[in-house]
Amino acid sequence: MSGPNTDYDPVEVTPLKSEEVEAARDAALAAIAGATDLEALKAVRIDHTGDRSPLALANREIGALPPQARKEAGQRIGQARGAVNQALAARQALLEREHEERMLVEETVDVTLPTDRVPAGARHPITTGSEMIADIFVAMGWEVAEGPVIEAEWLNFDALNLGPDHPARTMQDTFWTDPTENHVVLRTHTSPVQARTMLTREPPIYVVCPGRVFRTDEYDATHSPVFHQVEGLVVDEGITMAHLKGTLDHFASSMFGEGITTRFRPSYFPFTEPSAEVDLTCFVCRGAGRTDDGSSCRTCRGEGWIEWGGCGVVNPRVLTACGVDSERYSGFAFGMGIDRTLMFRHGIDDLRAFFEGDIRFTTAFGSDIS
Amino acid sequence: MKAPVSWIREYVDLPADVSTEALAAELTALGLKLEAIEKPGDAITGPLVVGRVLTMEAEPQKNGKTINWCTVDVGDANGTGEPQGIVCGAHNFRPGDLVVCVLPGAVLPGNFEIAARKTYGHVSAGMICSTRELGLGDDHDGILVLPADAGAPGDDAFDLLGLREEVIEFEINPDRAYALSLRGVAREAALAFDAPFHDPASRDVPAPNDVGYQVVIEDPAGCPVFAARTVSGFDPAAPTPDWLARRVTQAGMRPISLAVDITNYVMLELGQPIHGYDADRLTGPIRVRRATEGEHLTTLDGHDRVLSAEDLVVTDDTGPIGLGGVMGGATTEMSETTTHVLIEAAHWDPVSMFRTGKRHKLTSEAGKRNERGVDPTLPAYAADRVVELLTTYGGGTSEPGVTLVGEPPSRPMIRIASDLPARVTGMPIDAATAVANLEAVGCVVETDAAGQLTATPPPWRPDLTDPYDLVEEVARIVGYDQVPSILPTAASGRGLTREQRLRRRIGRALAGAGCVEVISFPFIGDAAFDALGLPADDLLRHTVRLANPLSSEEPSYTTTLLPGLFKAAARNLGRGATGVALFETGTVAFPADRGPAPIYGVDWRPSSAELAKLDAALPIQPLFLAVVLAGERERAGWWGQGREAGWSDAIGIVRRLGAELGIDVEVRSASRSPWHPGRCAQVLADGHEFGHAGELHPNVCKAFGLPARSAAVEIDLDVLMRHAVDVTPGPEFSTYPVAKEDVALVVDDATTVAEVEQALREGAGELLESLRLFDVYTGEQVGRGHKSLAFALRFRAPDRTLTEQETSAARDAAVALAAARTGAVQRV
Repeated sequence: MSGPNTDYDPVEVTPLKSEEVEAARDAALAAIAGATDLEALKAVRIDHTGDRSPLALANREIGALPPQARKEAGQRIGQARGAVNQALAARQALLEREHEERMLVEETVDVTLPTDRVPAGARHPITTGSEMIADIFVAMGWEVAEGPVIEAEWLNFDALNLGPDHPARTMQDTFWTDPTENHVVLRTHTSPVQARTMLTREPPIYVVCPGRVFRTDEYDATHSPVFHQVEGLVVDEGITMAHLKGTLDHFASSMFGEGITTRFRPSYFPFTEPSAEVDLTCFVCRGAGRTDDGSSCRTCRGEGWIEWGGCGVVNPRVLTACGVDSERYSGFAFGMGIDRTLMFRHGIDDLRAFFEGDIRFTTAFGSDIS
Repeated sequence: MKAPVSWIREYVDLPADVSTEALAAELTALGLKLEAIEKPGDAITGPLVVGRVLTMEAEPQKNGKTINWCTVDVGDANGTGEPQGIVCGAHNFRPGDLVVCVLPGAVLPGNFEIAARKTYGHVSAGMICSTRELGLGDDHDGILVLPADAGAPGDDAFDLLGLREEVIEFEINPDRAYALSLRGVAREAALAFDAPFHDPASRDVPAPNDVGYQVVIEDPAGCPVFAARTVSGFDPAAPTPDWLARRVTQAGMRPISLAVDITNYVMLELGQPIHGYDADRLTGPIRVRRATEGEHLTTLDGHDRVLSAEDLVVTDDTGPIGLGGVMGGATTEMSETTTHVLIEAAHWDPVSMFRTGKRHKLTSEAGKRNERGVDPTLPAYAADRVVELLTTYGGGTSEPGVTLVGEPPSRPMIRIASDLPARVTGMPIDAATAVANLEAVGCVVETDAAGQLTATPPPWRPDLTDPYDLVEEVARIVGYDQVPSILPTAASGRGLTREQRLRRRIGRALAGAGCVEVISFPFIGDAAFDALGLPADDLLRHTVRLANPLSSEEPSYTTTLLPGLFKAAARNLGRGATGVALFETGTVAFPADRGPAPIYGVDWRPSSAELAKLDAALPIQPLFLAVVLAGERERAGWWGQGREAGWSDAIGIVRRLGAELGIDVEVRSASRSPWHPGRCAQVLADGHEFGHAGELHPNVCKAFGLPARSAAVEIDLDVLMRHAVDVTPGPEFSTYPVAKEDVALVVDDATTVAEVEQALREGAGELLESLRLFDVYTGEQVGRGHKSLAFALRFRAPDRTLTEQETSAARDAAVALAAARTGAVQRV
């Protein structure tokens, strides 16, 4: 830096001449505009605004000016430096934006690459289907009742009006535990849960009982020694078959959609009287018996109805054996196969698919059924 | 029950325009469920005509066969009136016989198209048919030869053969035994169409007399009624008339001989089982009694049977000659020489029939009806009907003796309120309708002043015993389609139980962890226990055994879910999966060994103490959860290497479940089959063991065909769920800055991470927010037999920023306690 220029009259110091200052400013602006990346701009910043840049050096000379000249020179320098800094900031912002854009482009990945590092899990459709059914009834204020799968003979048969010589005992081929004199069976239906409920609770009773049951059936596309049932039981004052019909219609439409309803046919079950078979509007042809192309519906064999399960008014003998006052209370019960219900809801042809454990079958349903 | 429509129509005046489908639909609505409609002629298109064999020349062939080159007069059916030349391989006919010819252009069952074709050096223009080719039976021994008066050449053979006949097959419920007869089916058809019914049992029968074959009933409870008639001079060679054989066939039975076919025909007609004896082989009077224990009888199926004291037997002076109501004996069976026939039509106690049938594993058409309950007033009518048919078609003479002993059981009188049908069904059924419908099914109904009804069911309805039985009769006639649909208003429930909610949560957590649920059959045998490597005295080998298992290889209810899962895993891997994670929740069973479950009566509720005895006799049935992890757990991919499942995945899943249920799972090293002895963990909740997890023993992997290092979990969910947190306390946490300290501690190989962790936690005190092991190092720098454990400690105070002094003091205290407890030396 030059010392104070006190010996002089106000004369112009070269670097502070307006043409010099403007030239330095213009050179800086040109360099800024010419910087094509952040690295170059950094160099420009040092060259043109650093301590050794022309404008910085010129600035130092201001002190050498006579006081009366300092103001003007200061203004000139100041304006030039301001213009340079502004241009630098603008250029910096622009180049940063360009850099970022380029980076983002460079970081582009193929988003179609697989992402299945850990394979997905799934719950079994019978589990989630049972839950779906339970939820339909829970939403109506019913409860879900459960009981042991290995059950006392008395609860599986006698209490349900299936006496030792009842022909119906031969309808259900039973797995007996050894020795048979112990009177313990693998339950052949979930009805003992109904008996247990009546034996342990006071009416009103509104329960649904999903669960695993066993019969000594051959294992084929439509039969399995192990399968799943859901039964419902209501015991209350003034209960009639009409309530049974209303409940099953509601169940059918909740499970299969609006327009799906039920039909009763007279039948026989020891624990109900009157008894009925329940048919369900065919889910595939929606009762028409024919598919869209006019051919006979395969699912219902053209009948428009599918056999769904059994039901009826609880036989007063069963109420009596379970300690319910049959003069005051009446009830209804129904039961159907969960496996079978899911088979026609989902168009599954072979029951064995449920029990093979092939993950391709189960994962198709995800962790909840739809 | 198969019912030919023409046979039904014989007893009920149905309008001619009622189709078979409509008839079946109406009967289904009444409770006789349609199984199938058979129309044998549907699979045949004509021309199918009567032909008369004019000539036949036997021509031996090179292949050893002899064929007959025939000319057959088929009238004008072939359009020319000339004899038809047909090659026939059968030999059971001769010139002049009437046969059934199918001509070119026709189609036989199996879509078998008939055309004139060259064979054995002739052009054979059609075929002479056997019953099998026509779909009428199994007889393929020869062609069908028609009776001489069956018709004229060229006549259409469809009607002649009953091919236009339709047969409805019904599924008959056990309470409707009366419908196991044409009489019963026709009665229901009359009800359905409100048409006149002609009871085939309504016939004049000769009065019983003393000159009939002597019958003594020694057990009137077992055999309340016994009718016997005899026919002499019967021609055992007389053929069964075609119409009768056809109906028996259509009803699903096989024609055998005239006498047998007639007894079957009458059983089908009336529902009354009949037994025929060769009367000349009977010795002395017939007696009906219970067998003496251990008595022998050879039944007509050739089996020597040891009888029980509960079996009802028909005897003569030689001893038992039949298992009453179930099957006749061999010694008095009718044969091809029988000319003297004794007809038995008896009523039997259904319970005895059921028990005897079950005891001797005998099922028969007769037994099926007898054990469900037959009309006890039928025997005299049925016997008379058999006599009529035997004498008409077998040339015999009815002997004057008519035996009828015993009395039909009395019928119940059932009191029923006239509004009960309306109250039970919810249908608007008034008293008049109730009475009318009960009368329509044959009840005799009386109404008292108070509007109470007393109904006496007809004898063919032994199933009607209770008021509710009558309600069903009234309701089915009104029509089940009339039942209104009303949703009941339920009492307010409390939603799912705690266990039900927890089970759903566990399933979702496992699915979220990449596990797929499977369901296996819960049966097991020694092979699986051996494959698991269980010691001989292992608790899991003590099983609930089944008396009648599906397979003798798997005779027990399972005590472990693992074998089922392993098999499913191996199946998936065999089908190309590169890795599987499977889980199953299911009941297992352990014998309670507390004696038999009682059988109580059903006339009142057993006491609570009695009910407790039922439960006490049941096996212990906990809910288990098992997981198997085999093969790839994380896939290889563009991101890099995959990762095989291992012991830590199995233990990780248990910890994850614990976290889900708010349970701090304690893991201890353990040794238990089927796990690897050095890589098995016992898992505990609040100090209670609830299962094991870890890598499987290499031998177990081999035995089940699983890849090496497969891992598994088996836990008792009941125990785990018991410890689940019911109400999670709202967590509190500090927002002051965290202070981090890492320490590396060198310990003996035998020292567990859990021990060191526990000491560090306790030593660090309450300023410690978290602690996590982030590295394990073994190698020269720490020396043989040692390992270095690196922990990251995070400290935080609830109310202030910790100073450096506070943090290092806490860290030093932690290290000091670890050193004191485990001998840990801090690495610097």
